[in-house]
Amino acid sequence: MKKRKHLGIVGLCLLVVGIHLYTAQTGTQFYLTQLTMAAYYGLLVIGLGVLMGYAGQISIGHAGFFAIGGYLSAALTTHNLLPFQDRPLVELLDNLGLLQPSVDLYGGALLTVVPWAACLFAMCMAALIALIIGIPVLKLKGHYLAMATLGFGMIIYRILLATPYFGAADGISGVPAFTLVPAIGSFEPIVVSGAFGLRVMNFYLAFGFLIIGMILLLNLIDSRSGRALRSLHGSGEAAEASGIDTAGFKLRVFVLSAVYAALAGVMLTHYNGGIGPSEASVMKSVRYVALVAVGGMTNLWGILIMGVGLTFLSLRGVFGVYDDAVFGMILILVMLFAPNGILSLRIQSVLHRLFPRGSGNEPMEKQHRSAESPGS
Amino acid sequence: MSLDLFFQYLFAGITYGSIYAIVAIGFNIIYNTTGIINFAQGEFVMLGGMISISLLPFMPLPLAIAGAVAITMVIGALMEICFIRWLESPSVLRMIIITIGISILLRESALHIWGESIRSLPYFYGNEISAFTIGSVRFSPQVLWVIIACGLMVIALSIFFKMTPVGREMRACAANRTAALLCGISTRNMVTLSFMLSAGIGALAGCVMSPITYTQYDIGTTLAIKGFTVAILGGLGNYPGAVAAGILLGTLEAFSISVVPLAFQDAVAITILLLILFIRPHGLFGSSEAARLKDF
Repeated sequence: MKKRKHLGIVGLCLLVVGIHLYTAQTGTQFYLTQLTMAAYYGLLVIGLGVLMGYAGQISIGHAGFFAIGGYLSAALTTHNLLPFQDRPLVELLDNLGLLQPSVDLYGGALLTVVPWAACLFAMCMAALIALIIGIPVLKLKGHYLAMATLGFGMIIYRILLATPYFGAADGISGVPAFTLVPAIGSFEPIVVSGAFGLRVMNFYLAFGFLIIGMILLLNLIDSRSGRALRSLHGSGEAAEASGIDTAGFKLRVFVLSAVYAALAGVMLTHYNGGIGPSEASVMKSVRYVALVAVGGMTNLWGILIMGVGLTFLSLRGVFGVYDDAVFGMILILVMLFAPNGILSLRIQSVLHRLFPRGSGNEPMEKQHRSAESPGS
Repeated sequence: MSLDLFFQYLFAGITYGSIYAIVAIGFNIIYNTTGIINFAQGEFVMLGGMISISLLPFMPLPLAIAGAVAITMVIGALMEICFIRWLESPSVLRMIIITIGISILLRESALHIWGESIRSLPYFYGNEISAFTIGSVRFSPQVLWVIIACGLMVIALSIFFKMTPVGREMRACAANRTAALLCGISTRNMVTLSFMLSAGIGALAGCVMSPITYTQYDIGTTLAIKGFTVAILGGLGNYPGAVAAGILLGTLEAFSISVVPLAFQDAVAITILLLILFIRPHGLFGSSEAARLKDF
């Protein structure tokens, strides 16, 4: 298991370098832009995957956490604080070095929050909101849990649409670049930005985040907590009877996945230079659930591959006007024929199911058994 | 708030509440026979409105509505036969995701067939500016149609479930599926029937509400979540409870306009949903012991 994990990570790193070299060779570096975005969405999707597959809790509101991260960071780094300069809070922030002067499009002076501080604040807020929402929501099961998280996502969407501070229906644009690491000596600074010259750096940066996020989650799953989580998915009662703090585990994973979503939101917003309310829409949340489902609930690698791959295709516009319909179709087909994700399919068993012979129920039963035993 | 304004809000609340109640009843019918919450319930309402609007140029209004209800019922039946009928005891998570997928497909098909434009049926009686006046409170005749349709539907449903053999079979199926099967009731057909019934009810609601609230391809999600709120509020599976809860939610929402901005109106309903789920998940009228035995 350990060895396979390292192999996977090394393979992913090689793949990323390979893609870069391939695009450089063939002069198709424009693909890197969408791959960068897809990697950030992938970060969200693997976080949600652990929540759905391992803790067994569905969330149809994760676009809400993505939007909380993106919007807070965008609002803090673009809204001018100069008019409020003598307020005590602004003065305090200024003295702490959390504010930076900048210049707007028309050359006017601006005073905004430093992206680093905004990013941390946004992630902390997402974690806090996840904690507050999670305590009551995670007591619910099944339909109620699905509806409650759907409701949470819709409330965030409505609030964003109705608040002028968050740009209402226009969203926020003109978000500055995020200098992750300043220039040290002869090294160039590491900047999250959509600037043309920084495309390759941002491509590696995004996949760096994704790989680090993946390593953390894989370690989590392999650890004692991970085993506790898997037992949760199998049977909550049995887990509780074995002395596992089920509520606590669910809550921690919920907060963790919210932080992943918020980080993805912050980074993608700085990369794109803006964010709009559609990022918080129900359809986005459903799409993330679809990506987790198609990758296989308990197969983190499958989720990663499908999450980045399908998002990349969707961002390239491969599905055209049928984008949302394709994801709806994927949801239905995967849940009907391959509840463990399409990577778990064996051609033989599909044929069996399509053309049942003899005792036709057998493949169906097998499918159920495998659906109930996660992480095999 | 003046007394006139109060009644004006009250009427608006009752109108919207009736619509929510009908959607909630649709949820309840399917939940009772299958234990599934059908996330595509709001899409039935949208389909009803859209199909009747498309049929209207070719036939008189009552026929167009009847046609829309019939077609939506067929869609509901097809949905059950294609996607749900042959699954053997699927997990709740799987059913949730499948019905969400179906709702997306229906919505996207509607987008490609009818486009993004906002449409509406003409007023059944009079027009936009005709109004009844009681005292100094004015309301549109369509409001009466909505309330009458809602009332008739509830009465017809209770007669159907209490008096007719098919209705009794459906209730038997709801009470205990295995026992119903042993008594010679085809539970699978009952499930299909419940999807048809709930699709038809949703479509009828979509037709009567179309003149006042308009119909667009994406109204389904909001309606579904409000209908679900009402279904929970009234106790899942409880029809009279759904009507009472629907009118309660509609009224609360209508009065909320006087306190919070209009843009937050939907957020109010969803907040109520979350509060209810956290505090009284068995509904205002249900008992917590009975709710604990149910499988969500």
